[in-house]
Amino acid sequence: MISTNNLTYKYQGGVDILFPNIICEEKDILLILGTSGVGKTTLLHLLGGILTIQKGSVNIAGTEINKLSDAGLDTFRGQNIGIIFQQNHFVDALTVLENVVLAQSLAGKKADKKAAKQLLDRLNIGHKSDKNIKDLSQGEKQRVAIARALINQPKLILADEPTSALDDINCQEVLNLLHEQAKAAGSALVVVTHDTRLKDKIANRVILQTL
Amino acid sequence: MSILQLAWRNIIKNPLNLLMSIILFGLGVGLISFLLLFNSQLKEKFDKNLAEIDLVVGAKGSPLQMILCSMYHIDNPTGNIPIKKAAPLLKDLHPLIKKAIPLSLGDNFKSFRIVGTNHDLVDLYNGKLNDGALWTKDFEVTIGRSVADDTGLKVGDKFVSSHGFNEDDDMSHDHSSFMVAGILEGTGSVLDQLILTNTATIWLVHEHEEAGVEEEAGQTHEGHDHSDHSHDNSNADLLNHPEQEITSVLIQYKSRTNFQALNFGRNINENSDMQAASPAIEINRLYNMIGVGTDALRSLAILIAIVSALSIFISLFKSMRERKYELALIRVLGAGQVKVFALIILEGLILALIGFVIGTILSHIGMELVAKHLKADFRYSFTGWKWLAEEWIVFGVALVLGFVAALIPAIQAAKTDINKTLSEK
Repeated sequence: MISTNNLTYKYQGGVDILFPNIICEEKDILLILGTSGVGKTTLLHLLGGILTIQKGSVNIAGTEINKLSDAGLDTFRGQNIGIIFQQNHFVDALTVLENVVLAQSLAGKKADKKAAKQLLDRLNIGHKSDKNIKDLSQGEKQRVAIARALINQPKLILADEPTSALDDINCQEVLNLLHEQAKAAGSALVVVTHDTRLKDKIANRVILQTL
Repeated sequence: MSILQLAWRNIIKNPLNLLMSIILFGLGVGLISFLLLFNSQLKEKFDKNLAEIDLVVGAKGSPLQMILCSMYHIDNPTGNIPIKKAAPLLKDLHPLIKKAIPLSLGDNFKSFRIVGTNHDLVDLYNGKLNDGALWTKDFEVTIGRSVADDTGLKVGDKFVSSHGFNEDDDMSHDHSSFMVAGILEGTGSVLDQLILTNTATIWLVHEHEEAGVEEEAGQTHEGHDHSDHSHDNSNADLLNHPEQEITSVLIQYKSRTNFQALNFGRNINENSDMQAASPAIEINRLYNMIGVGTDALRSLAILIAIVSALSIFISLFKSMRERKYELALIRVLGAGQVKVFALIILEGLILALIGFVIGTILSHIGMELVAKHLKADFRYSFTGWKWLAEEWIVFGVALVLGFVAALIPAIQAAKTDINKTLSEK
């Protein structure tokens, strides 16, 4: 579903970071582990089409995203990639449900409030649908972020440090939830983290190291 | 959830932040559009009432006052002139004059002026009868549209006038009972607010007053028997009463470019104790006097509009910075740079639109209030419920201001490096 080939990135005035090739099939889960500063977020942004690929290639569901135009990449990202950030941002002016529906609209899909509500229900946050997003706790917000990443049934779900702020019990719970939902949506799930607790829980993993 | 909806939600999320910009914008637009409304209606009234009158001749005094009184009926007369002095003007065969229309003022009914004149005045303003006939006998009147509408007078009705130009019960001429002979169609000119009768009627009303005798109209007076003698409306008839007075004469030249015509007014001013004034010149003078005020107001309005555009710019810029993660997020969710640019531009346009709507409503309500006031004071009908073509221009300019104010924030938002923004912790 997603694979990379010789992905290299160089920040201005920095050295080349060469990332190991990764591969993750649909309904699978891949863990990318690494300590701070090894380029985890850079890799995530490269995979997510947020950062322009300089060298190498990223193939998502048969599309080489490094070959897409800027506008093409925006559309592709909206339709095929769901991203859960460590710190999740929302459109503050909108309600919980509207934030999820917005992801549908911006991806160029039909706004389907019913589907959005069902997804929120599945994530046990449906009762807060009409609340303003600002009134939710961090844990609740993370569930909304997961719903938003899943709503378009993307080919790829990227999660950036989804568990690092959580205690052991919640860490396990969120991981299960993510995996479950990714499977249900038929997506490949890539988790990028420095949280070593996840190491034993996910077999398929890549470890990033400084060169 | 379209970009437009999103822009709208962003605006109403924090209305207090934007209140200032919107109020300022509304004020600027309101002032400009009020000035447009007021000026256009004022000009329209003045222009319509110019009615191709080339010269007004009356008693010496302020020429502007004489014009305002004789043509616009909003000021008091400068005095009266004896017919024997005005006689040369009133003679049919004057080589320069096409039409000379005598006016006699002095009375009102419910503050509508009663004007003694001839039928030429009706033609001058293209007046047409709606009902009844033009006046023929003494104390018969033909009334303008506004008079009929406001007083409810109908053909055949009788009424009693008051002396002067404002209604005052103590000043009623109880003895002079006027009879409505006809009602004119609305012309949009000053004709609508006049009560027209023959010149002799004005004399009769005032002879009674001067004599201090309460007589019924039509009775013998100074050996002049009105009951079997009706004054016709011709200027020739006026010349039979050289001892009487009229207020002024409205004059149309045969040819405006005639050299003698150009000097005609000056001759009167220099060689007689009457004065002549050209309406076009006096009204231009008036425009210039009012113009200083409206120019200052207009500059103020433009200044307010610019400051408000600046305030829209600042509030959009501030809100864009506060929302930089939101904007990055919108990009991640699939919105291209164009969409983000459009989002901020739309917010600017919506603000401008709200400001425009508020300003327009304010200006029209303001104009209507002023119109009520003007109507009460001058019997001039202005209205706030009129849409000017220029207001579309104001609308366009408002949108352009909104667009320009939003341009820099929108470009900045579109250019935001999402990778960098999202990497910030």
